[in-house]
Amino acid sequence: MKQVRLGCGAGFAGDRIDPAVDLATRGRLDYLVFECLAERTIALAQVERLADPARGYDPLLEDRFNAVLGPAHAVGTRIITNMGAANPRAAARRVAGIAAELALTGVRVACVTGDDVTTLIRDRTLPFVDRDGTTADIAGRIVSANAYLGANPIVDALAQDATVVITGRVGDPALFLAPLVHEFAWNPDDWRHLGRGVLVGHLMECAGQVTGGYFADPGFKDVDGLDELGFPLCIVDADGSFEITKLEGTGGLVSLATCKEQLLYEVHDPGHYIQPDVVADFSSVTLNEIGENRVRISGGGGMRKTGKLKVSVGYRDGFIGEGQISYAGTGALARASLARDIVLRRLKRTGAVFDDLRADLLGVDALHGSAARPGNAEPYEVRLRIAGRSPSREAARMIGLEVEALYTNGPAGGGGVFKTSKENISIASVLIDEDLVTPEVEILAEPAR
Amino acid sequence: MKLRELAHARAGDKGNTSTISVIARDPRDYQTLCRVVTVDRVVAHFGSVVTGSVTRYELPGLAALNFVLEGALGGGVTRSVALDAHGKSLSSLMLELDIDESHGLPQRT
Repeated sequence: MKQVRLGCGAGFAGDRIDPAVDLATRGRLDYLVFECLAERTIALAQVERLADPARGYDPLLEDRFNAVLGPAHAVGTRIITNMGAANPRAAARRVAGIAAELALTGVRVACVTGDDVTTLIRDRTLPFVDRDGTTADIAGRIVSANAYLGANPIVDALAQDATVVITGRVGDPALFLAPLVHEFAWNPDDWRHLGRGVLVGHLMECAGQVTGGYFADPGFKDVDGLDELGFPLCIVDADGSFEITKLEGTGGLVSLATCKEQLLYEVHDPGHYIQPDVVADFSSVTLNEIGENRVRISGGGGMRKTGKLKVSVGYRDGFIGEGQISYAGTGALARASLARDIVLRRLKRTGAVFDDLRADLLGVDALHGSAARPGNAEPYEVRLRIAGRSPSREAARMIGLEVEALYTNGPAGGGGVFKTSKENISIASVLIDEDLVTPEVEILAEPAR
Repeated sequence: MKLRELAHARAGDKGNTSTISVIARDPRDYQTLCRVVTVDRVVAHFGSVVTGSVTRYELPGLAALNFVLEGALGGGVTRSVALDAHGKSLSSLMLELDIDESHGLPQRT
């Protein structure tokens, strides 16, 4: 019976590169997928593309493809990735160039475009789905708008024998669903199988997070070999059930516990996981440990898609400034607290306006605020961190300068100042009808040799 | 006793919403989790961290609960000025929840 072997070579833009090379070399994979596009990344990439039309794709694209394209191509493993970010066409051209530099023949690179709906969004007033307000509130400040495309254009590219598919914004699970639809010829209204394909993608898309990364808690949840963590590969059957495992000899852990944590990761209602192609249902999934580092997953399903696509709208949202300074020894907490009061008073005196301003003590209350439950012992070291967002570049910059000035004007023994300020690009989400979006697939000609 | 003894947890983010799973280490403790880790207790435990509503989803097949905490991320990853803008560390706050005999924990040898 036909099975499809998928690997995940990256779960975020900055992920490790060597586990993907290992998967490409030893995994006997049909497809290797790289998910590298966080919510805001594409907006930042768009800003970069505005400055240089040849850029705007993932900054590590060259490193990853230089490392992985040769081994993958040698064994006929196809690569699917959203590393195209704001400029999939330029990314695809670069990959074709890398193939030529590596003297590889038969590399057929496709790019998927059409997710950029900036013009369409600028012309409309749409309500935000993740907060109050509408796009009218950010008119004139919008830098990008990208719709989460479904699996279809990737399936089209695979049907045209692409060996590398580069996309911009697509639903993350669609990167994995697409090769399954292509291989098993699932129909576009086969909600149950599409839902299971989304489940495959959801468990795989964060790479090491299902093989023991983001999991270890020494003494409670021990994981060996996180310095050589193996990334996941799965073997999928035609009915959408699958096994998740990792390569022999790699570090990490695939267990019921790691799979359950990832199954619920970033999910709201597990019975309704909304994706462009289907509303997936994870509520009835069954997990079984069938061997060491082998978990078999079956069940799950789906319902008719909503017909809407989520759009991430990037917009200029003021400036964020930050400053940090450390104190140590007996009385560190009192001196850091004094430093905090001094800077806050100074900032208030300038009349600078902040939309949000936080002054936290690292090691005490920076992560959980008043909900923190610190022990009774005074910490040996305390680091003050002040951060604020302001419409004014100057106000944001002031925070770091005031923290730095504590060197000679603040409490005794303050050291290790860090300061930064930068323009902030935020993301708001809206929904649009899928009919308004036209994905396109382009196969690049192999460069002349 | 803290929840960490009975469960493990993972936090994720979507916009200004934090999602936190609470998974029984031993599936036999699932009913206990349902009884002890209520929405009211989570709301009280997280205090000012959460500014919106809290929803709990029950997953008996996984012996897990999934909590959705709205308005927990200082405006969301792309706007927040918090140190941990993703709220990754909120799973650890969840596991600090005090649970004790008064909540009817099972006695197992």
